[in-house]
Amino acid sequence: MNSDNVIVLSDLEAGGRGIVVRLEGGRGFLGRMAALGFNPGATVDVVRNDGFGPLIVSILDTQIALGRGQASKVYVRREGR
Amino acid sequence: MFARTEVTTSSPGEKTGQDARVAKIALAGQPNVGKSTVFNMLTGLSQHVGNWPGKTVEHRSGTFEHDGVPVYIIDLPGTYCLTAASPEEMIARDYIIREKPDVVIAVLNAASLERNLYLVAELLALPSPLVIGLNMMDVAKQQGFEIDPQALEDAIGVPVVAMTATRNEGVHELVDVALDIARHGPRREPNRPEIRKDHLEVLARLRTLIAQYVPDPYPVDWVALKLLEGDQEITALIKAALPSDIWPEVDALLAQHEDAFLAVASGRYEWIRRVTAGALKRPRPGRVSLTQRLDRVATHPFLGLVALAAVLAVTFGLTYSIGSPLQELMATHIVGGLANLAGRLLAGGPVWLSALVVRGIIGGVGTMLTFLPILAIFFIALGLLEDTGYMARAAYIMDRFMHALGLHGKSFIPLFLGFGCNVPAIMGARIIESPQGRLITILLTPLVPCAARLGVLAVLVPIFFPENATLVAWGLTGLPLIVLAILGMVLSKLVLKGESTAFIMEMPLYHLPNWRTIGLFAWNHVLSFLRRAGTIILAVSVAIWLLATLPHGDIETSYLATIGRLLVPIGSWMGLDWKPLVALLTSFVAKENSVATLGVLYGVGDEKGALSQALLRHLTPASGLAFLVMQMLFIPCVSTLAVLKQETNSWKWAFVEILLLAALALAGGVVAYRLALWLI
Repeated sequence: MNSDNVIVLSDLEAGGRGIVVRLEGGRGFLGRMAALGFNPGATVDVVRNDGFGPLIVSILDTQIALGRGQASKVYVRREGR
Repeated sequence: MFARTEVTTSSPGEKTGQDARVAKIALAGQPNVGKSTVFNMLTGLSQHVGNWPGKTVEHRSGTFEHDGVPVYIIDLPGTYCLTAASPEEMIARDYIIREKPDVVIAVLNAASLERNLYLVAELLALPSPLVIGLNMMDVAKQQGFEIDPQALEDAIGVPVVAMTATRNEGVHELVDVALDIARHGPRREPNRPEIRKDHLEVLARLRTLIAQYVPDPYPVDWVALKLLEGDQEITALIKAALPSDIWPEVDALLAQHEDAFLAVASGRYEWIRRVTAGALKRPRPGRVSLTQRLDRVATHPFLGLVALAAVLAVTFGLTYSIGSPLQELMATHIVGGLANLAGRLLAGGPVWLSALVVRGIIGGVGTMLTFLPILAIFFIALGLLEDTGYMARAAYIMDRFMHALGLHGKSFIPLFLGFGCNVPAIMGARIIESPQGRLITILLTPLVPCAARLGVLAVLVPIFFPENATLVAWGLTGLPLIVLAILGMVLSKLVLKGESTAFIMEMPLYHLPNWRTIGLFAWNHVLSFLRRAGTIILAVSVAIWLLATLPHGDIETSYLATIGRLLVPIGSWMGLDWKPLVALLTSFVAKENSVATLGVLYGVGDEKGALSQALLRHLTPASGLAFLVMQMLFIPCVSTLAVLKQETNSWKWAFVEILLLAALALAGGVVAYRLALWLI
């Protein structure tokens, strides 16, 4: 983990909370993610992360399943709860 | 009620009627907002389900009367936003821009209001006036949200109608308001989102540059915004429309502001924050909802698999305990009754005519009709799983396995249904949003051994391999699945060109099923099978029957037998003479036909002991194995091919599938024969 506490979403454990910092990827991916609420500044909670396979996260009152590949393109700042 | 449901692949605009009295409403909304419930509530059975021209996206429209006013309503595809990233998004926005509905109703899920307003932010930039149907108020309340629809209406400046469509609350009022807007225009100028402040200037500059060149009917402001967002379709449109001295300037401006997409999205969320500020109170944190409790099991990596297995076992159990007896009833009473009736009516006429009608045509109709009970039950099950929200959990659980094949988790359920029958499996692939993912799933489905093929195995394997029947049967069941896995990896490499399907899926809250929605889902699917696949199935069944009957009335001397004899050089690679090859050809009508044809050709009829002796006399176990491998991999039955053509909307893929599986079956047969000779 680097000093400013920014990690990829796939490394955030279940129960962890993060603030979206930035996303990587093509325009199509960014557009789709933005429409689901993945916009810089948004709060995201990890509901399930088994260390393999897709994750379930909660953002804007909705649970979203995200492939591990997709989750590793979302950079978040870890928040204490 | 009189069903007026019909299938249309024609232009969606044509039925809107040029009649000015008909109000034209478009329903827009994100997935999982109950939009279909609203649509079904309004149109009932007077809905038309087909495809958008040239697309495999479902086109649903309908008509109804509201207090004497005739209304045409179109259910736009559910989309999270209106970029050009998917065919659904493109269809939704093109419809609003080109067909100019009198009013657009945005259906929102009140339990995730903020995210749902993102689509509203996009819709407000389009020309048609907007009305918001704030649906699922009951769920929002249950989740602890407090929402003030009036405050939302005041903040956005478009009418907001609170509703719970599943209980038919607010639907009538919603149409009242929508028709009022359709007739008199919007009540006031809505409060639209703006791009983030630091990009206001570049947007204005862009607008000035393109203003006089934007082609009709595109709104200039919207086009300028989409250019900044990096929308590929609009960029191409404007590049073509601009004079060659202006485009470079626009292009340079866009290149400088490549990150402008974020500014647009942030502007929309800033707008959402503003309009919900006085209208939405969130629940206190720490509540554990029913959905969360159920998901602890349903999405658990191990318990989730157990739950899924149980759900599938129940689905299959029901299908066979209810469907199979129904199938038999239909075969004896309806098909048998028809055959008797036709036989009696044609008794005085020529023999060939009654044979054609009774055995050819009614036989073909029978093949088609006996599918119906199984199809109906499967679609009810599929609709139930989808409507309650469980389907998303099943897809989540299976994604890690399907991912290896380059497939989406949602592909699992349709593929698994294939064990019962490939026909509903291919039609069930509609639940997969990505067109490539859907195509690959459809092409792979025929490799799932269906009940009819497993039935053939059950009869023939014990004859050739009495000592190792179970082992061989499992091997023969597993073989096409292994081929499926390999082909899946290859196809996803070819079709997706290395880009693995993104798995981004909303997990909707669980809710009680709406039987009206499920009933219409099953009804539309069964009807579309009959209408679109029915004629192909009937024509091919009759054609094969004719080939197997003409010119002398028996299969041994028929044209089909002649074709079989022509194939003998190929059969000899596997030690097969023409009879098993003809049996394989007749399995094209229905997979279970192989056994009956073998019986006829070896002159032993239905008697099982005699068939067993005849087969052992004419075929070595190695040839028998080759035949069985071919049977498992051979081209799909005509019903499967007909729906494959229907669902991919192209003959091309149906022929690709035939060639592919014929080649695989041949290769599989030869390899199995050589291996068996070497081993036995």
